[in-house]
Amino acid sequence: MSVKFDDISVGEELPPADVTVTRADLIRYAGASGDFNVIHWNERVATSVGLPGVIAHGMYTMALGGQYVSEWAGDAGAVVEYGTRFTNLVPVPDDEAGATITYSGKITKTDEAARTVTLTLTALHGGQKVLGKAIAVVRLP
Amino acid sequence: MGVNPEIVGKIYTDAPVYEVGREKIREFAQAIRSTDPVHTDPEAARALGYPDVVAPPTFAIVIAQRCEGLVMTDPDAGIDYSRLVHGEQRFTHHRPIVAGDRLTSVAHVDDARLMAGNGRVITRVEITDAAGEPVTTAVSMVLIRAEEA
Repeated sequence: MSVKFDDISVGEELPPADVTVTRADLIRYAGASGDFNVIHWNERVATSVGLPGVIAHGMYTMALGGQYVSEWAGDAGAVVEYGTRFTNLVPVPDDEAGATITYSGKITKTDEAARTVTLTLTALHGGQKVLGKAIAVVRLP
Repeated sequence: MGVNPEIVGKIYTDAPVYEVGREKIREFAQAIRSTDPVHTDPEAARALGYPDVVAPPTFAIVIAQRCEGLVMTDPDAGIDYSRLVHGEQRFTHHRPIVAGDRLTSVAHVDDARLMAGNGRVITRVEITDAAGEPVTTAVSMVLIRAEEA
């Protein structure tokens, strides 16, 4: 799938997507990213520093949002700008079900000269926003 | 103490060159659940006009965080690494990162201050390729939580 700039208009919404995150996913991301902070895989240490349990890397929740946008655009190299605040923790339980994050997005701006569209992303876990002011700028053909 | 505000403006140039490998991109793409062949198949990437497999949009964090580590572990900064919380992250891609890139990164401390006992540091990592051309600008904001009274 590949979207075209001329087919996009402000206000358009991307179909939402649920992503399930388990402890195994966190360990895989830790290895891939090199972020081995103990709070992302060790319950004992996480709770000892006052966290509700093992929590997902903020960067993992951001990366999954980037993946959501790339998939929509049909070209991972098309994301020219991507930024977010980390507003809420995502505790990941030690079970098969894991934690579910729901990603959605809306076109908030288009730039004819640059052939870019600006998307505002929402990532919800348990009704709370995981990412704040999450904005991606994507260049489209 | 959260952070020493005097590190504002300091520049860190000691990060080793990062060589982007196909297998590292594949590993990262799998971790974020991508099945797009642009991350794994050089032919698929070339068909889209890229010289080799393309890194996902947040892959630059692998390179940026190594460079930022120089700031966070600088004795002058006075940062307690265990109290660090990632507050914000932004990437500006001047071009996509592809396998085969040899990337140099330089960290700039754009802001460092104390706010109600917490430290707040804004670091900008400028990533450039072997020709010195800009590839990615990665800006992070971290908080260093105050110690409990």
